[in-house]
Amino acid sequence: MSVEMAELQKKNDIPPIQFGEEVTGAETLLRCLILEQVEYIFGYPGGAVLPIYDSLYGSYFKHILTRHEQGAIHAADGYARATGKPGVCIATSGPGATNLVTGIATAQMDSVPLVCITGNVAQSLIGTDAFQEANITGITIPITKHSYFVRDIRDLPRIVKEAFHIATTGRPGPVLIDIPKDVANAKAPFTYPDQVEIRGYRASLVPSDEEVHEFVKAVSEAKRPVILAGGGIIAAQAEKELRDFAEKTRIPVINTFMGLGGFPGTHELSLAMPGMHGNYTANQALLNADCVIGLGARFDDRITMGRTKEFAPKARIVHVDIDPAELGKNVETAVTVAGDVKSTLAKAIPLAKTCDSEAWINQLKEWREQYPYKYKKDGDVLKPQAVIELLYNSTDGEAIVTTDVGQHQMWTAQYYKFKHPRSFISSGGLGTMGFGFPAAIGAQIAHPDRTVISVVGDGGFQMTNQELAIVSQYNIPVKVAIVNNQCLGMVRQWQELFYDNRYSQIDLTCSPDFVKLAEAYGVKGLRASTPEEAEAVWAEALAHDGPVVVDFRVAQGENVYPMVATGNTLDQMELGDD
Amino acid sequence: MQQHTISVLVNDQPGVLTRVATLFGQRGFNIDSITVGGTEEQGLSRMIISTGGDDRQINQLMKQLHKLIDVISVTNLSENPFVSRELALIKVTALPSQLAELNGIVEPFRAAIVDVGPSSLIVQVTGDTEKIDALLVLLQSYGVIELTRTGSVAMARSIVPATAAAMV
Ligand SMILES: Cc1ncc(C[n+]2csc(CCOP(=O)(O)OP(=O)(O)O)c2C)c(N)n1
Repeated sequence: MSVEMAELQKKNDIPPIQFGEEVTGAETLLRCLILEQVEYIFGYPGGAVLPIYDSLYGSYFKHILTRHEQGAIHAADGYARATGKPGVCIATSGPGATNLVTGIATAQMDSVPLVCITGNVAQSLIGTDAFQEANITGITIPITKHSYFVRDIRDLPRIVKEAFHIATTGRPGPVLIDIPKDVANAKAPFTYPDQVEIRGYRASLVPSDEEVHEFVKAVSEAKRPVILAGGGIIAAQAEKELRDFAEKTRIPVINTFMGLGGFPGTHELSLAMPGMHGNYTANQALLNADCVIGLGARFDDRITMGRTKEFAPKARIVHVDIDPAELGKNVETAVTVAGDVKSTLAKAIPLAKTCDSEAWINQLKEWREQYPYKYKKDGDVLKPQAVIELLYNSTDGEAIVTTDVGQHQMWTAQYYKFKHPRSFISSGGLGTMGFGFPAAIGAQIAHPDRTVISVVGDGGFQMTNQELAIVSQYNIPVKVAIVNNQCLGMVRQWQELFYDNRYSQIDLTCSPDFVKLAEAYGVKGLRASTPEEAEAVWAEALAHDGPVVVDFRVAQGENVYPMVATGNTLDQMELGDD
Repeated sequence: MQQHTISVLVNDQPGVLTRVATLFGQRGFNIDSITVGGTEEQGLSRMIISTGGDDRQINQLMKQLHKLIDVISVTNLSENPFVSRELALIKVTALPSQLAELNGIVEPFRAAIVDVGPSSLIVQVTGDTEKIDALLVLLQSYGVIELTRTGSVAMARSIVPATAAAMV
C-alpha cells in the first residue's frame, strides 16, 4: 500500500484494506470505491450484480435502494451536482442497465461526473442473447464520456481508477463500467494503482500566458462588455475568481441556466438568465454588447436560438472553455482560450484593467428596472410565479432547489435568485422530466442539514414519484413543491402559441390525489389553493422535520414570459400580457 | 467542400472503431472511407479516414475525435504533402487468349494479373484513388464482374513542399 493510501485510510476511518489479499472481483470493486472515497451508492440489485450486492452486505457503504434505476442515477447525479464529487450508481444487466440510459444522457449533456456500474451476464454467454443480456457499453457509447467492459479481474483496479479520473477531470461526465458476472466472481490478489496514465487524455488545461494576454487585451478594449457565465464556472469552482474579475473590470454578468448560482443573482452586476425564457435586459445586453465573454458556457441554442449569425451581432466573442471542441463549435469567436476557467481567470485578474463601462452599466440598470420578470396577480388565484417567490422569500435564497422540466423549471430559474453555486440543480441540456425529485434526494443526502426543495410539475413528478418510498424509508427531509396546473404546462403553452390552442394530450386532471399519495408512502402531504393558504402551508412544510409533499394548486393557463419563439432571434422577444 | 484525409492513432481496444464511427454519425459527419490496421507500436492502431468538409467542420471533427479517450492523436494529413494508396482487386470477363492484350493495359498502371480462370481473371492494382478509377474505366469495356477496393492508407511525406516535384 502506498503512503498516500495509508494516510487516506487513517484520515477517513475507512475499513482496513489488505493489499495482495486474494479477493473476488466484487470485493475488488468495493475496495476500489472505498479508496476513491465513495460514501454513498445508489442502486438496484439483480442477478448479474448479485456478487457485488453480496459483498455490499454489511459493508461500510451507505447504499440507497431506490425504486427504479432511473431514480438511482438521477439521485447519484443530484449528489454529484450538489457536491462536485462523483456520484456512483449500480444496476444489474439488461433492463437494469438500460433503465440508466436517460440518466446517463442527462449527466453527459450537463457535464456531471458519474461512475455507473452495471453487471452483465458471464462472458461465456455474451453475444448469445442470454437472459437479461444487453450490450450496454455499445448502447451508451454516444452518451458517456467513456466506458469500459471489464474482461479480466486484473484490469478492474486500473479501470476503476481511470473511470473516476476521467469522470471528474477535464470536462466532467459520466463513465460506465460494465462488469460481467464471471469477472465479479473471479479471484485475484488486490492491488490499486497509485496513478493514472491515459495517453492522449488532456485532464487539465492551464492556458498559456499568451492566450491570457490576448484574452485580457480583448476584454479591456470593450466599452459594452458582458460575461456569459456557464456551468463551467461551477464545475471549475471559479465563482470567487469570476466575482473578482467582474468587480475589478466592471463587467456585468449573465448567468446561463446551467450557470445560475455561479455568480450571485443578487449582485449589482448580475443580469441573470438570457435566452428563450431569459429576461429582457440579459438579451438586450447580448444584442448590444461589443464584447461577449463566454466563460465555461457553450452557446447553446436556447441562448443563440440557433441563429448564430444574428446572435450578439455587434460583439467580438471571446471564449474560454476547458473543452477545446466547444471553441468555435456554435459561434464564431475572435479570441479563444482552451483552458479551465478558474486558472484562466486567476491569471487574468492581476493583468485586467477596469473597463470604460459605466454608461453601459447604467443603461442595463435602466432596462432592468423597466423590464423585470413580472406576472399579473389575480386575487385569490394562486399564481405559479407567486409560489416560486414564496419559496425564495421563505428561504432567503439559501436553499438547494432542484427542478423537474417544464414551466415550473423556467419560473424557478427566473424568480428564485440563486446566490451560491450548486444550489440550483436542474436538467438543462437534455431537459429530462422525472429528474428533479430523485436529484433532490441525492442533494439532500449530500447536505443533510440544508433545506432542499424539489420543485416539480404534476406531470414530471409522476415519472419518478415512486421514490417517495425512499424519502420515507431513510427520512430524507426533502420538501417537494408540486406546481400543479393539472396539465403538461409547457406543452400547453406551445400548443396555445404555435398550434392554435389545439390542446392535444396534455390533460392531467386525472392525477392521483398527491396528498394521499404522499400519505400512502408515510410522507406528510399538504395542499394549498390560494396565496394565503400557500403561505401557511409552506411555513408548516418548512417547519416539519422530515419529508413533505405540498400540492400547490395553481392557475392553469399561465404562460412563461418573456419568450423568444424558436426560429426567432433574441430581439423578437414576447414580454407577456401585461 | 474539400476532401480531407485524417490519420487517427488509437488504442487497439475492442470497440474503438465503433466509438469513432459513432462519433461521425452523432456529429453529422460523413465517412467516405476508413481503414484500420496495426502501427509501429504494439497496442496501437492507426485509422485513416477520408471525409469531406470545410476548414471549420474539419477542425471541429478533429477536436471531437480528440475527445475520445482511446484516441491518442489526430492529424490532418491533407494539410501537408502525403502519400496515399488504395488497393483494388478487379475481376474481369476474359478468356486466357486475351491475357497478352490485358497485360498491355495493366502494365502501364504497374498493376498485375494475379489470377487467371477459364472465363475471367483478376487484376490487382495499388495507387491513389484516381489511378484506380482510371484503370477501372479501361477494364469496364471487358466487363467487370466483381470489384473490391480498400480505403486509403496514407502517411505524411518526410520532405517538405520544395522538393515535391520528386514525388511518386
Ligand atoms: C421524459 C420527457 N418526456 C417529455 C418531455 C417533453 N416535455 C417538456 S415540458 C413537458 C410538460 C411538463 O409538464 P409538467 O411536469 O406538469 O410541468 P409544467 O410544465 O406544467 O410546469 C413535457 C411533456 C420531456 N421534457 N421529458
